[in-house]
Amino acid sequence: MDFEPSSEQQMLIDQVRRYVREEIIPLEAKLDPDASELSPEDHKRLVEKTKAMGLFGIDIPKEFGGPDIDIVTRTLLAIEMAQHRAGLYVPCYGTFGGAGLAQIFEANDDQKERYLYPTLRGEKKAFFGLTEPSGGSDPARAIQTKAERKDNGWVLNGAKIFISNADRAQYGIVFARTDASKGRAGITCFIIDSDTPGFHVRRVVHTLRSSHYATELEFKDCWVSDHQVLGEVNKGFAVANDRLTRQRIPYAAGCIGVAIAANEMAIEWAKMRSTFGEKLANRQAVQWMLVDNEIDIRTAKHFTLEAAERARRGLPFRTEAAIAKLTASEGGGRVVDRSMQIHGGMGMTKDLPLERWYREMRIRRVGEGPSEVQRMVIAREILGSNLR
Amino acid sequence: MSIRLRLDKPWRPLTAEEAARLPGQLGVYQIADAGGVVLYIGQAGARSTFGLRSELQRELGERGAGCQFRVEVNMQYRSRWFELLMVHQADHGSLPPDNAKNPPPNLGRLSPA
Repeated sequence: MDFEPSSEQQMLIDQVRRYVREEIIPLEAKLDPDASELSPEDHKRLVEKTKAMGLFGIDIPKEFGGPDIDIVTRTLLAIEMAQHRAGLYVPCYGTFGGAGLAQIFEANDDQKERYLYPTLRGEKKAFFGLTEPSGGSDPARAIQTKAERKDNGWVLNGAKIFISNADRAQYGIVFARTDASKGRAGITCFIIDSDTPGFHVRRVVHTLRSSHYATELEFKDCWVSDHQVLGEVNKGFAVANDRLTRQRIPYAAGCIGVAIAANEMAIEWAKMRSTFGEKLANRQAVQWMLVDNEIDIRTAKHFTLEAAERARRGLPFRTEAAIAKLTASEGGGRVVDRSMQIHGGMGMTKDLPLERWYREMRIRRVGEGPSEVQRMVIAREILGSNLR
Repeated sequence: MSIRLRLDKPWRPLTAEEAARLPGQLGVYQIADAGGVVLYIGQAGARSTFGLRSELQRELGERGAGCQFRVEVNMQYRSRWFELLMVHQADHGSLPPDNAKNPPPNLGRLSPA
């Protein structure tokens, strides 16, 4: 596979790189180091710019009015969009727009009218409610939230945790067990309006990400009609699983972007900073750290583009996505760590973005499936599916 | 596991002496009137010169005598700040008056148990 960007891809990469350096980074310098949002005025102004670039709504499929960017190009652009302080979790502060949750594109016509189109118009936001206090790595077995039949609908009872944006969203996609005897074949996906009686956002869950928080949800006799079932009853796990696999590619790309930015800072610092009469760049210990950074970045980029290319061609990419997510999140963490070491005391401060990347990159080894789950996925490929 | 949602330490008088004793660390704080009604929930972020100390000294300079305060040292000052605002809104139906003048965009909603 040839991963050299085409001239058209390179033009888009250059365009996004300029946007990050000329628009995002100067604004970011004035914000709190842990900020995750621009002022509404700046956000609106920059959205107009991304619209003029033809890249607004970048994740929206072409048939719904998106800019028709293939997944390889999207991955290359995601690497660029992450190269600023908030870029790992809030690339370009959302000024390229969102497409909402991928699953909602699979909704029926009535649900599309009520949820998808308002989301694409920016009128509604959604959350993704999968993980529970009983576990997140093995959702098929860990889901204990129950949905029971009642009055032409379903009554949900249970809890979810580590759910982003549930306090701000108008609706969410929630997975609940509808048949306790069937394991992963007993889970159904529901669309829940956040003003539904019995739906509660109980608390904020503070994490290493000071900039943002997750929430804990409670469903207490929360009744929804049959019209709120997304897809088919007892086939919800496939909906969740497809999303988790697909999401691993942009997730890896974000890690690579931050690793590139951290490494560029480390190189610049090593060329400039002297200790004991010698530039850091002339010291073998530092040179080797920079070499290891380069290898981690190139490895992660290769595997991530390979996964994206297979997805683009319509080939199976579950194993490749797992390898991409694993190498990018673990390698990216190492790159940021080495870059902090090269910066010495300055690397530990909030004056530089490294400390924020260090905290946020640590989460990436757990989010979207921890490293151990990725290794399980890869092991099954190597050793055969009888290990399931 | 006990998780404390509300900032419920005793109020301290907002005076120059009290403010000068505060740590220079990051965190969140509340300002109340003499009767204990919360007027403002603030944060001492990484751009504060001396963290909580300089934020409370600034508050004293702007508000003058007669107010009370309480602080919480917290490295997660931003998410904790959002949390305190949402909890106040859930408890009282509105933001503290001085936050309501310039509310943060997209503040979420909580219904704490």
